[in-house]
Amino acid sequence: MSKEPVAVVGIGQTKHVAARHDVSIAGLVREAARRALDDAGLDWPDVDAVVIGKAPDFFEGVMMPELYLADALGAVGKPMLRVHTAGSVGGSTALVAANLVAARVHRTVLTLAFEKQSESNAMWGLSLPVPFQQPLLAGAGGFFAPHVRAYMRRTGAPDTVGSLVAYKDRRNALKNPYAHLHEHGITLAKVQASPMLWDPIRYSETCPSSDGACAMVLTDRAGAARAPRPAAWLHGGAMRSEPTLFAGKDFVSPQAGKDCAADVYRQAGITDPRREIDAVEMYVPFSWYEPMWLENLGFAAEGEGWKLTEAGVTELDGDLPVNPSGGVLSTNPIGASGMIRFAEAALQVRGAAGEHQVPGARRALGHAYGGGAQFFAMWLVGSEPPQT
Amino acid sequence: MPNHAREVAVVAFAQSDHRRHTDDLSEVEMVMPVLHEVLDRTGLTTGEIGFTCSGSSDYLAGRAFSFTMTLDGVGAWPPISESHVEMDGAWALYEAWVKIQTGEADTALVYAYGKSSPGSVRDVLTRQLDPYYLAPLWPDAVALAALQAQALIDAGDTDEAALAAIAARSRTDAAANPHAQLRGPVPQGGHEVAPLRTGDCPPIGDGAAAVILAAGDTARRLCDRPAWITGIDHRIEAHGLGLRDLTDAPSARLAAEHAGAFEAPVDTAELHAPFTSQEVVLRKALRLDGTVRINPSGGPLAANPMMAAGLIRIGEAAARIHRGESRRALAHATSGPCLQQNLVAVLEGDKA
Repeated sequence: MSKEPVAVVGIGQTKHVAARHDVSIAGLVREAARRALDDAGLDWPDVDAVVIGKAPDFFEGVMMPELYLADALGAVGKPMLRVHTAGSVGGSTALVAANLVAARVHRTVLTLAFEKQSESNAMWGLSLPVPFQQPLLAGAGGFFAPHVRAYMRRTGAPDTVGSLVAYKDRRNALKNPYAHLHEHGITLAKVQASPMLWDPIRYSETCPSSDGACAMVLTDRAGAARAPRPAAWLHGGAMRSEPTLFAGKDFVSPQAGKDCAADVYRQAGITDPRREIDAVEMYVPFSWYEPMWLENLGFAAEGEGWKLTEAGVTELDGDLPVNPSGGVLSTNPIGASGMIRFAEAALQVRGAAGEHQVPGARRALGHAYGGGAQFFAMWLVGSEPPQT
Repeated sequence: MPNHAREVAVVAFAQSDHRRHTDDLSEVEMVMPVLHEVLDRTGLTTGEIGFTCSGSSDYLAGRAFSFTMTLDGVGAWPPISESHVEMDGAWALYEAWVKIQTGEADTALVYAYGKSSPGSVRDVLTRQLDPYYLAPLWPDAVALAALQAQALIDAGDTDEAALAAIAARSRTDAAANPHAQLRGPVPQGGHEVAPLRTGDCPPIGDGAAAVILAAGDTARRLCDRPAWITGIDHRIEAHGLGLRDLTDAPSARLAAEHAGAFEAPVDTAELHAPFTSQEVVLRKALRLDGTVRINPSGGPLAANPMMAAGLIRIGEAAARIHRGESRRALAHATSGPCLQQNLVAVLEGDKA
């Protein structure tokens, strides 16, 4: 049996900001969902099922908030699924939704991910002390900084690379009206002079804490034929997980990430990702993860990722633009960040990315990771339907 | 009922002995034995499983990403294709069933767990309510269920004696279930929240469960009597209790329709009705008459580990088919206050 091709026909985001005091959680998610439906030329009754994702419920202080959000998302009388796979959740949620269409269980699915981080403090929400378990040490930054250090030591990358990534992403964000951080006066010198938070990660090389939601409408071939705007087509999608800590774990380039990318490339018929993929939206919460993931995802040989960044290859006008949207470094409603990567990849191949459009992008990769660099979700979307 | 492309069956089920307290066990230690049990029963290893999916709640665990720890119990190395829902494990099973329908996997490991003992689950569940209008009032799960029970009594659908009979039947049946927490009749006791008495409420406890799904010939190879999932669907209702008729469960009925439950009679139903009154609602919504054996396992009134109790309903229904005690069974799972969200699966044995 062949799978039903899956098309992204609607995308909606909120303007991501530090605090959306003007809306409730329901108001936030409905705003993104309404925009996605408008983009798809659809209305609430056209949706067969809703798949929602977010990171830990402690971030808003609401346990399983999808129950309360059923009304706001027009899900009453419909199936509603709630996915939670740590930081990768936005990507995983989109893939679960895509599977409903691919398996022909439903024809049109609304998928959405959100975080309203102003309701609490994410760093300390992640740092609850649990007896007999390793502490997370002041949130994600404290956890990941040693792995960045390990990457620098392993590859001999000069310590200037991280600031180059941040400088690029923050400038890209200026072209994205939905990005949280719009630092109009940004300079490389300012990034380099920003305070050290978790050595070697500086303040300006760190993601912000955002309120935001992202929604997509996924549909089948017939749905795509009716859509008013070009679709992005799913060519490959996969999830991979490995344990948090174990002897032999490679935190710099986790095996689960490599396996996940290999699965996606196999499905999409990609043999040379560097040449065949036109734009990448990867999950880079701390600047150094760009060169690290370039290697993990097969865009560069081991130890060579930082050279692509340093040479400007990943700039918006480079030959492998990475995070043209400004990425997680400019916008981070944690539970939504993975879905924003997936949605931005889809915008690129739909030719709908506006000022941060990569000219002529035909294939784009969306990437998300989470937990202790252990959960990976990726999809590859194209401007043409997959050949089945 | 839609014709799904692939036949998928429950081929193995295991559950822990559900207990009021498991201070001696971490969640990983609680989950590992049931994972090993289903793997041993099928002879599969973690590496041979096509897809893994779990259900649990960070709010019960009291920490973010609690499922990252239980993943250690799976032994996810080399890396596995895996996902997690912040829902009862019945919905994890649904996600796995969809994955198998795509053709990307032939087998799936599904597990769920919950430890209610570290906190006051009555209070914890209030955090599940509308955070602006309802949660600030801290109405607890028993109080909300009592509201529903009173509506049923007012509508003439039941009375306290009928509810007591459901409680007694459940605990009597549970005497034959070695995993149950309450085995044998317990006193109805006084009102917890009128009209619900202690006996009308589920025990609070800790537990875990695991299921293995397999497609087509793989299922036949792994199990003598596969429990085929001939239909599965889930639906949600409005959250606001004032918007709902609490004496009915339209989302359960809709899910049952989409799962094909009404196309032929079932002989068994495993209902995730934590309160006696909710069994009354579900029997009506799911059109279960006196000929249907309800909760032969004792049901959630005998053991109700949060996040696993719905998956256990599917597992118990499947196990009955595995043992040749049922031909066609309905399994139901619920989530949210007063049966807000409901899943229905129809399981069938091979025609003899």
